[in-house]
Amino acid sequence: MNHDAYDDNYIRSILNNVKSIAMVGASPVNVRPSYFAFKYLAQRGYDMIPVNPGHVGKELMGKPFVASLADIGRPIDMVDIFRNSSHIMPVVDEALKLSPPPKVIWMQLGARDDAAAEKAEAAGLKVVMNRCPKIEYGRLSSEISWMGVNSRTLSSKRAPVPTQGMRLSLNRSSFGGGQTAASDRAAKNKTETT
Amino acid sequence: MTDRLPGFSTLAVHAGAQPDPTTGARATPIYQTTSFVFNDADHAASLFGLQAFGNIYTRIGNPTNAVLEERVAALEGGTAALAVASGHAAQVIVLQQLMRPGDEVLAARKLYGGSINQFTHAFKAFGWNVAWADPDDVASFERAVTPHTKAIFIESIANPAGSITDIEAIAAVARKAGVPLIVDNTLASPYLIKPIDHGADIVVHSLTKFLGGHGNSLGGVIVDAGTFDWSKDNKYPMLSEPRPEYHGIRIQETFGNFAFAIACRVLGLRDLGPALSPFNAFMILTGIETLPLRMQKHCDNAKAVAEFLSSHPAVSAVNYAGLPDDRYHQLQRKYSPKGAGAVFTFSLKGGYDAGVNLVSNLKLFSHLANVGDTRSLVIHPASTTHSQLDDEAKVRSGAGPDVVRLSIGIEDKEDLIADLDQALRA
Repeated sequence: MNHDAYDDNYIRSILNNVKSIAMVGASPVNVRPSYFAFKYLAQRGYDMIPVNPGHVGKELMGKPFVASLADIGRPIDMVDIFRNSSHIMPVVDEALKLSPPPKVIWMQLGARDDAAAEKAEAAGLKVVMNRCPKIEYGRLSSEISWMGVNSRTLSSKRAPVPTQGMRLSLNRSSFGGGQTAASDRAAKNKTETT
Repeated sequence: MTDRLPGFSTLAVHAGAQPDPTTGARATPIYQTTSFVFNDADHAASLFGLQAFGNIYTRIGNPTNAVLEERVAALEGGTAALAVASGHAAQVIVLQQLMRPGDEVLAARKLYGGSINQFTHAFKAFGWNVAWADPDDVASFERAVTPHTKAIFIESIANPAGSITDIEAIAAVARKAGVPLIVDNTLASPYLIKPIDHGADIVVHSLTKFLGGHGNSLGGVIVDAGTFDWSKDNKYPMLSEPRPEYHGIRIQETFGNFAFAIACRVLGLRDLGPALSPFNAFMILTGIETLPLRMQKHCDNAKAVAEFLSSHPAVSAVNYAGLPDDRYHQLQRKYSPKGAGAVFTFSLKGGYDAGVNLVSNLKLFSHLANVGDTRSLVIHPASTTHSQLDDEAKVRSGAGPDVVRLSIGIEDKEDLIADLDQALRA
């Protein structure tokens, strides 16, 4: 798996298939990126579970916080990790102990731990690193185009008018396979400087 | 599902546009409205807090403009774009995100005269300093970098003489200095040169020129390459620090590789205000659909006209990178192999007076201060676009007293040559 540049079809199949998402590091503070992503994904119909031991007893969008993945008490499809790269491994270890384990480990924009990814992939999980599911959902549905973002997708079909809580089609045709020359260069620059 | 990579012409027609969800309209509608209703109070708060995608007010974003933005971002290979009222507005908004009083922008000496004025005089009032370097001498950029340098600014094909800049060499200087490279790609358009492929971090355009292409609508655009790490060394606090106007959001942390375009929108356009009219966005979008066809014709015509002038007895020199003996020919073959653009200069043996006579004798060429129109245009830079520069700066920027600038249109080349011939003889 090339974790520097994902094929759109890979991201698309994950976002089309997962239903429940446990967000580790979810914040009730409404200017934090995790709050943005939690709220958006909940509004697009995902079954969201906020995981943060510091906020047990509170709710996020009506969903009670749990302290750990083990406390969820039911199967989940995806773990979305809003933690720094250095805190990823323990969360992945915890996720792999779940029975059944989740199908996908997703590390947020800025977060990357290749060893943790390797471990999860060895156990048969799909892994995405350094991406935001809200941005990817918005991009593949082209909803994000309303902010001038290059969705790198085309469609000649009339889309339904988006309403609150509606799942959007992510099946537009992609170009560039989710990559651009610029993203390749950014990845290359990063490797050279680290 | 295997997706194939669409070509440039397909993107020029389709990128960013789809049938209107409400009406099914296939052409992009002109959303000529100032504002957009909210679903409820929570939706309004989400939009204002940048938590949701959607429209608030046309000064911040508009659906017609968004199609234009995505289309240019796709053509340039960037992550996102922001359309604004003019190329000058694009430049001020880009630098507003990067500069604080006392900071410095390092710029190529060969720029559009209006940009030289903007950088030299208007920006001085903001406390932004400009240092100049010679785009034909990469070492002069290296020497001019200081701890206050926050950005390097060049033109891909430089006004007025159509000279070609070694973008990769200057990108290497920018990378070493840890600052973004901004490339004004107006005279090339992404059909000829994609600066991001050569190391640009930000691309700006005057959409008024070849992208719009018909001389009917002003516009500008900023394209984010998504390549620069704005949080490193805390040099760019607009992107890396909590923004008080958005309750402490950090732009790069929240928006990742299109953070710069978002900063330009929500901190630049929102507060400075030079929004593009949706009507202009529609006109420019329509122009972009034929960009590949027009640009090739512009280049082919320009080459024919340059060849004609270079053998004309009244002409002392032609500066056109498409001519085999031009000093920029090798760079043109590397960076702009489909053609050398359509804006170039030539010098008349008869000097200043001959230039003034030529302009008044032409019957098809229009004497005006624009480039990149379907129509062929002529101007005498020393007395117009570059008139506010001193004599030395005029010569240095390629606009000496004997120099005439042409912007070649998409008419029949035989008619353009005949018009120049009669005017040079008259």
